[in-house]
Amino acid sequence: MSELTLTVMRLGFLAVLWLFVIVAVQVIRSDLFGTRVTQRGSRREAGRQQQAARQAPPQQRQQSGGGRRGRNAPTKLVVTEGTLTGTTVALQGQTITLGRAHDSTIVLDDDYASSRHARIYPDRDGQWIVEDLGSTNGTYLDRNRLTTPTPIALGAPIRIGKTVIELRK
Amino acid sequence: MSGTNTSPTHHTSTIGAIGAPSRRNTELALLAFAVVIPVFAYANVGLAINDSVPPGLLSYGLGLGLLAGVGHLAVRKFAPYADPLMLPLATLLNGLGLVVIWRLDQSKKLQASNTFVEAAPRQLLYSAMGVALLVAVLIFLKDHRVLQRYTYISMAGALFLLVLPLVPGVGADIYGAKIWIKIPGLGTLQPGEFAKIALAVFFAGYLMVKRDALALASRRFMGLYLPRGRDLGPILVVWVISILILVFETDLGTSLLFFGMFVIMLYVATERTSWIVFGLLMSAVGAVGVASFEPHIQTRVQAWLDPMREYQLSRAAVNDGVVHSEQAMQALWAFGSGGTLGTGLGQGNSDLIGFAANSDFILATFGEELGLAGVMAILLLYGLIVERGVRTALAARDPFGKLLAIGLSGAFALQVFVVAGGVMGLIPLTGMTLPFVAYGGSSVIANWALIGILLRISDTARRPAPAPAGNPDAEMTQVVRP
Repeated sequence: MSELTLTVMRLGFLAVLWLFVIVAVQVIRSDLFGTRVTQRGSRREAGRQQQAARQAPPQQRQQSGGGRRGRNAPTKLVVTEGTLTGTTVALQGQTITLGRAHDSTIVLDDDYASSRHARIYPDRDGQWIVEDLGSTNGTYLDRNRLTTPTPIALGAPIRIGKTVIELRK
Repeated sequence: MSGTNTSPTHHTSTIGAIGAPSRRNTELALLAFAVVIPVFAYANVGLAINDSVPPGLLSYGLGLGLLAGVGHLAVRKFAPYADPLMLPLATLLNGLGLVVIWRLDQSKKLQASNTFVEAAPRQLLYSAMGVALLVAVLIFLKDHRVLQRYTYISMAGALFLLVLPLVPGVGADIYGAKIWIKIPGLGTLQPGEFAKIALAVFFAGYLMVKRDALALASRRFMGLYLPRGRDLGPILVVWVISILILVFETDLGTSLLFFGMFVIMLYVATERTSWIVFGLLMSAVGAVGVASFEPHIQTRVQAWLDPMREYQLSRAAVNDGVVHSEQAMQALWAFGSGGTLGTGLGQGNSDLIGFAANSDFILATFGEELGLAGVMAILLLYGLIVERGVRTALAARDPFGKLLAIGLSGAFALQVFVVAGGVMGLIPLTGMTLPFVAYGGSSVIANWALIGILLRISDTARRPAPAPAGNPDAEMTQVVRP
């Protein structure tokens, strides 16, 4: 067997071996990031909503979103302090509930949180709103205790007990 | 929850593990790939050694393909949501091991030795038995939580298996380590490989019950949570047992494996870093203590610190009452002459290692013939198996399954570390086998069973959860099947 053939086979074998490793990594890539938020309700509906937001006249967008939407619309919710630090939830037009109840979207393991503490949802124009659900210790946006549903600015800290969450792009 | 109505869409959401689709077809494609690679390697070895495609190519390819196919069908039938990667990864490692064992069978030098036997056909047989055991595990172990009932029985079983090699008449002392038992007519068996699985079951069952006591009752001292004296009991008992294994069976690897596995599981169960610190301290104290009076261990440490000196002593046939081994140095030379890209399959001289070239030192052959690039790929394949195991543990819903998966994959990882580290000169050499790759029936069969249990846990973990019973909050807790 010629030297050349053997060299080609040697390098070819290493390439194939690494190809397998790379393919295997590709297969698990989707698994790596743990959990995902499954939306209830059809994807079509969500798509329609997004489309509607895009088609909305720019002026109205200015009014409703305070210029924060469109390109600056938040796409995820990030927990920045507390035991769940680092957790992110993608914002796809769904309501996010926070509290100690086991069926909340974000289950808070926090002595100062109520079982149904607060919820975050998009209003008719897609602006994200935080609402306190009558919690014992209150929900704070920046430093103000919430009394009414309040629009959330990008990056403003929402504090529940020891947990702080933010909306980010 | 009538308040949700203010939102234009009534979307609520659930957080679920990704991977609800079963991905069996991905597994099949990867398995086909994993069978083709060893066949390629087999042809390569034949062309390099004999200038011709080996005559057994078809039968080996079909044999490996058949094993993979049987495994795949069993998974498809009995564990449809199991992890898609474990089976292909294990098949590939097993196939590569078969090829390299066959390659060492072709060596004239090894054939000349008086203990030579054709190892590859036997290894294929062992692999078939291993896959059969995997299928049996998948069929008969419908739910891994059943194992929880046998917590203390598996402890007794594991201890029995560990003590067996010491029983006169049953145990066999082979080259200084007493880890084999003789089965008349069938050859030898390493019960330690099976004890590994039984101990993982026991640790998982025990820690699941006791972890709160171990985690919560502690004092804080210098940034570490110190456990109460009486809670140190279990770790002390396991430590003493592993020291006893070390003293009586002179098997550093198994001892390290069991103690390491317990510390890993203890850490996972309690989230206390102090256990890791304690574990490292205790294993260091134990290893140094035993090495100070056990000559077999001393030789191993000597060979680790100065392999060249051991090599020369062995060559000069110095007779000072201890067996000097030239293998450690030979293995390092094999890795060195492999370089980055290796000499090519069938073209190295790793058969110079002679004894145990196809079992404990098989990684040296990979190192010489596939080079750094090949060994890295092999280690990554092991890493991926361990990653899938840890992933399974994360996804598992019950604490017993979590602990069992982490224990089994931790033991697997430790075993690879102990063998690879030993052969590469990172830690003193111990007589353990590289899972799936090295020649040895017990190891291959036990590791296929281990993969079977992990597949069962991952099937349970990734299976879409059944819809919960109706309750007042059913609207919020309903689970969506994609």
